[in-house]
Amino acid sequence: MNTRRFDALIVGGGGAGLRAALQLARSDYKVAVVSKVFPTRSHTVSAQGGITAALANVDDDRWEWHMYDTVKGGDWLGDQDAIEFMCREAATAVYELEHMGLPFSRLDNGKIYQRPFGGQSKNFGGDQATRTCAAADRTGHALLHTLYQQNIAHRTQFFDEYFALDLVRDAEGYCLGVTAMSIETGEPLLIEARATLLATGGAGRVFWNSSNAMINTGDGLGMVLRAGLPLQDMEFWQFHPTGIAGVGCLITEGVRGEGGYLLNKNGERFMERYAPHAKDLAGRDVVARAIAIEIAEGRGCGPRGDYVDIKLDHLGEKTIAEKLPGIRDLAIRFAGVDPVEKPIPVAPTAHYMMGGIPTNLYGQVVAPARFGPEEPVPGLYAVGECACVSVHGANRLGGNSLLDLIVFGRAAGLHMLEYLRDNPYPRPLPENAAEASLARLQRWDQAGSERVAAISDDLRRLMQTHAGVFRTDAVLRDGLGKLNELEGRLAHAGLQDTSRVFNTARIEALELENLMGVARATLVSAISRTESRGAHTREDFPVRDDEHWLKHTLYSQEGDQVDAKPVRLKPLTVESIRPKERVY
Amino acid sequence: MKFRLYRYHPESGEKPHMQDVDLDIDPAGKMLLDALLAIKAQDETLSLRRSCREGVCGSDAMNVNGKNRLACITPLSELKEPIEVRPLPGLPVIRDLIVDMEPFYRQYRSIKPWLINDEPEPEVERLQSPEDRALLDGAYECILCACCTTACPSFWWNPDKFVGPAGLLQAYRFIADSRDEATAARLDNLEDPYRLYRCRGIMSCVDACPKGLNPTEAIGRIKSLLVKRRV
Repeated sequence: MNTRRFDALIVGGGGAGLRAALQLARSDYKVAVVSKVFPTRSHTVSAQGGITAALANVDDDRWEWHMYDTVKGGDWLGDQDAIEFMCREAATAVYELEHMGLPFSRLDNGKIYQRPFGGQSKNFGGDQATRTCAAADRTGHALLHTLYQQNIAHRTQFFDEYFALDLVRDAEGYCLGVTAMSIETGEPLLIEARATLLATGGAGRVFWNSSNAMINTGDGLGMVLRAGLPLQDMEFWQFHPTGIAGVGCLITEGVRGEGGYLLNKNGERFMERYAPHAKDLAGRDVVARAIAIEIAEGRGCGPRGDYVDIKLDHLGEKTIAEKLPGIRDLAIRFAGVDPVEKPIPVAPTAHYMMGGIPTNLYGQVVAPARFGPEEPVPGLYAVGECACVSVHGANRLGGNSLLDLIVFGRAAGLHMLEYLRDNPYPRPLPENAAEASLARLQRWDQAGSERVAAISDDLRRLMQTHAGVFRTDAVLRDGLGKLNELEGRLAHAGLQDTSRVFNTARIEALELENLMGVARATLVSAISRTESRGAHTREDFPVRDDEHWLKHTLYSQEGDQVDAKPVRLKPLTVESIRPKERVY
Repeated sequence: MKFRLYRYHPESGEKPHMQDVDLDIDPAGKMLLDALLAIKAQDETLSLRRSCREGVCGSDAMNVNGKNRLACITPLSELKEPIEVRPLPGLPVIRDLIVDMEPFYRQYRSIKPWLINDEPEPEVERLQSPEDRALLDGAYECILCACCTTACPSFWWNPDKFVGPAGLLQAYRFIADSRDEATAARLDNLEDPYRLYRCRGIMSCVDACPKGLNPTEAIGRIKSLLVKRRV
């Protein structure tokens, strides 16, 4: 098999991967990025509203307030050391992006434009803050293109349209690179690296109704599970309150930040009932549940009563054209309404995975091992949505995901430089390092009666029904039973297309294998957590239970085991933010 | 719904051909991409690129009834049947609707698409007035889908020498940025009978851009900057 060797390898060409790659590319080390799509097609490109940092360009602000909001937004499940680190670094990270050329929108005084977003407060829970830095409503696009441009300037080596298959590790657990496949030629390839970073993004495509790009299939999570490593907090999935009804495409929280609000079929601003203080800018889980309740109780809009309206026509055409041009475009195309005249029909849509591959502050993947519950896996890093550091806890705040990518992408890049310095020589590859991957590829050359597309559709419907906004033990267990059946069917699936060149059917089969692992981790973790916290709402356990559940879950594939580890309530330098009731 | 799809499979030994497809089930949505995915669910061998399915990633550009468009934001209701779908013109076809984008990317890289500013970085942001920032509107939004460049006859003839509308629009995006200091070098890089001046202003690019951008106008501005610095 062809083998290539680099000092560092990044798997994934979105914001997190490109930020880390840039850190390494600026050094003398050789870095490669493997991405299954051309990097600017990564899902970061879809982020709309912005990136949060307490720059105080519009109103008073402090990173400590941002930290408080993030801890509260995550319903106290976030690790406070990581949250302090992220909020402290936020301003520097945003200024860096500006220096790289990101075309932020501007205030009259020439500073970066900021808008209010959900869950943001001044003075630790006081009035609404204005903290999210934006490039119109295309911040992710602007950020991703800027980072890609910087990487070309620094001559990062890109393997575009290569699909990563498995981690390569030796007997002592060191990660030595990955196996991958050229999508264009179908050729397998082994890429050796002393340090490997997974930045493979989310897996939102495991749900039927999703804001996510079709490529968000949890590939890095599948790789980690197959390597026998655990996933953390997989029961926590954010349902974004405002996806275009029936389509799923996102209507940014920035719409509400700019002054838009939600209405039920009676024309009532119902968020006033659910969050009297923050109203439409409460945490996303709070707003999504409120919409789900309005719909369930018969106050939804439309002939089937299955959505609510978001009204923004009162903002005026000029504001909408300047601040929300992409939203207007999406609404006209996908909902058939011009928001300058009429409200947009919206409903909750699966959006973000708070859980993922457990890491420490430096992006090192950690797992329970000989000497403790959080031992770094040597040579292996993870950053971004695929990782769980954990800064988002049980519910992510809007604008914190782009920040997570940048802050921890940089931190991981820096730590990888140290690791490369301390580990100057490649370790020998184990014999048959690629054997398991080749077997997985060959498996899809076999004929079979079941079809990948059909199983995929059934999986997404299953997760929508059994792991949605509201959950119970019975519904989750029922879902797990159906997942077992689907796994049985997957074993009998075959491809009609066994060709080599750009065989997208084979890629979709490999993606489905990854999604199955994500679904199982989600259902098993959700069954185990018998409380309601953040985005995980158990109707049979409706309250938060700090006594038993102020802890992270760790799911391992072997035996569907769920372990726990404590939440880090101690920040790096400031006082701990003690758990209290979460009210908006 | 009736389709005519361009099919090419290099391993089969067959020549490229048009395949008639009659889709008799309702696709999951109302866009062309939804229909193509419904066809693919029945016949896995049909290959295309797709990702965001909302017109921002630029993966699924293709030639639809003679026009370059993004399948995910092209409503089926706008299309006359049989809907004829071909790969983007002017680039080598790898398989079915998938083209080799490298000639396009190479031209993009050739304009040095990154901000150049060698001044020491301030501890905070560089200031930019809203008016200066507004000059980037209509340029920074490009999604590199290649609809415009592959609709340009000048690029078809000289893909190795003519930058093409997408690359030139990006060149303008950095020339227009008040924070960028390399305007002179950027103009030098383009002052060439092929790289810039193969544009004849026929505006095919404007017609093709699915994001409503206007590369011809940006190219006109670059040309007038070149004229201005000569006098």
